[in-house]
Amino acid sequence: MKNRTKLPNIYLAVIMIIMYLPLVFVVVFSFNESKLTAAWTGFSLKWYQTLWHNEGLREALWNSIVLGVLSCGVSAVIGTIGAIGMARVNYKSKGIVEYISTLPIMIPEIILGMVFLAFFSLLNLPFGMTTLVIAHTTFCIPYIFMMVKARLVGIDKSIAEAARDLGATQVRTFFDITLPLIMPAVMSGCLLAFAMSFDDVVISIFVNGPKLNTLPIKIYTQLKTGVTPEINALCTVILITVIFILFITSALGNRGRRTDKGN
Amino acid sequence: MEDSILELKGIEKSFGSSEVLNGIDLKIKKGEFITFLGSSGCGKTTTLRIIAGLEMPDKGQVILEGRDVTGLEPHERDVNTVFQNYALFPHMNVEANVGYALKLRRMPKPEIKEKVKKILELVQLSGYEKRMPQELSGGQKQRVAIARALVNNPKVLLLDEPLGALDLQLRRAMQLELKKLQKKLGITFLYITHDQEEAINMSDRIVVMNKGVLEQIGTPDEVYNHPMSSYVATFVGNANIVRGKIVQIQGEEALVEISTGKIKVIIDPNREQIGQEITIAVRAENILVCEECKEALPAVILEKSFSGGQLRMVIGLEDGKEIIASRYGIDSHVQIGQKVCVGWKPADAIIVDREEQNDEKETF
Repeated sequence: MKNRTKLPNIYLAVIMIIMYLPLVFVVVFSFNESKLTAAWTGFSLKWYQTLWHNEGLREALWNSIVLGVLSCGVSAVIGTIGAIGMARVNYKSKGIVEYISTLPIMIPEIILGMVFLAFFSLLNLPFGMTTLVIAHTTFCIPYIFMMVKARLVGIDKSIAEAARDLGATQVRTFFDITLPLIMPAVMSGCLLAFAMSFDDVVISIFVNGPKLNTLPIKIYTQLKTGVTPEINALCTVILITVIFILFITSALGNRGRRTDKGN
Repeated sequence: MEDSILELKGIEKSFGSSEVLNGIDLKIKKGEFITFLGSSGCGKTTTLRIIAGLEMPDKGQVILEGRDVTGLEPHERDVNTVFQNYALFPHMNVEANVGYALKLRRMPKPEIKEKVKKILELVQLSGYEKRMPQELSGGQKQRVAIARALVNNPKVLLLDEPLGALDLQLRRAMQLELKKLQKKLGITFLYITHDQEEAINMSDRIVVMNKGVLEQIGTPDEVYNHPMSSYVATFVGNANIVRGKIVQIQGEEALVEISTGKIKVIIDPNREQIGQEITIAVRAENILVCEECKEALPAVILEKSFSGGQLRMVIGLEDGKEIIASRYGIDSHVQIGQKVCVGWKPADAIIVDREEQNDEKETF
């Protein structure tokens, strides 16, 4: 019996180490005193200090946050309306429409990026925040659409009907009943989309224009001049933020599932 | 005429190519407990949804207190529904669920609280105001759903198989309670069920539905004791259906020849005549089983089972047709495979399907 349980555990451990060792390495070396990433010379927080005083990085971080919030907001509205609409209609090509709606996350990013570049230059749109938001919204919508769609399947249609029966208009029913019930899905879709938007390099680099940097682009361009522990420190900060976001997402998901048991 | 609260006129409805309702005409009296009884897929839920406004009829009218409400939205109609699966709002507590209709009517909060408290008392759920739906048992959810639909004081309360998900014991208790509630409030109840026992126990009138048409409308006594069609006889009364030909008439008694013998039946001499084919319904408890009797059909006992205080026997006639007989208690004399005779008192045979010999109807 014991041998049987040992092998899967060893396998699990090896995979975990392979996956997470680089992350641990980055986190540990962000606290390294030396400028060289190869040797450990002592514990220090100085790279976090220089990071804090780096104007360029701070601006890039701000840009990334603004971009993430804007594109999540826009795609939350579009994705939610889309999912609710798709749940109501019932025509033959529904499956195709749903498939097309989720396509942006399956198309290789490099192609999407090139397409956006070509398209925006064709339209003569000035590259900058606007083009970034449009591009990010495109690939953020599917996350929210899929999350909300999955949630709607679990909601008994007669709940909304009961509200209408009790005297609520369709609009009132949406705000009183449907929206609160799908809110956990909208939120977790948003957080997922935000995480995707926040770390996107490939698409952003095509449409960001000459002046505007997002955080991932900034990191990427800085790497060309060599890895500094400052980047390690930044990566650690982002890593913690992302883990935090994912934690919230799953917590929201659990809450949504719990309210399901009501009926 | 004046006392009809709800009227359905020639309601027709199809989904795609399948016709669900085929001309429903019905007048429902004020304060009545009326039950739509039928097997699943007979169109009873669709009828209810049309009355509630959740479904639009293709043809026909819904008239509520003399007003045509056919085209109105659900929120514009003075009817409320108790849904089959309760449909409580999972994100609101009991108080908010029950008070929702009042909140929509912009009633002041203290007043809502007062009314909710009263109605919860009525359904015996006092003190449950702050509970969430998922913390309630099935029976409690059902009470909340009823309270929520009643709080608005609707003209008609629609109940779509409200007790379907409850266990037998609770169902029986709730039947009595619902009936009491209805009498106390004087609200018209339109109840849907596929359980004939439930329909008979609770209703003032029963509407038996089959394949989108109303088969029979009448008091429980009428539909049980005087079924008009073989469907009603089998569905409501668990009757056996036998077809035969009248070969002799003597006053009100006729001798009917069926495939394996001759049997006496009471007829209406004004309607039936010699040579006519008729369909007879005989309820299981009225089937007599004896070892030697006159005017009976030779048969053999195929199966016997005991449930609910009743012995149920499946008896095969000589041509293979099966007759169901039931009686109270255990009759140790009958053995499987035993040769017997089956018959019935002429008065227990009811002639059904009189006007139209509709082959589409469920036959035995």
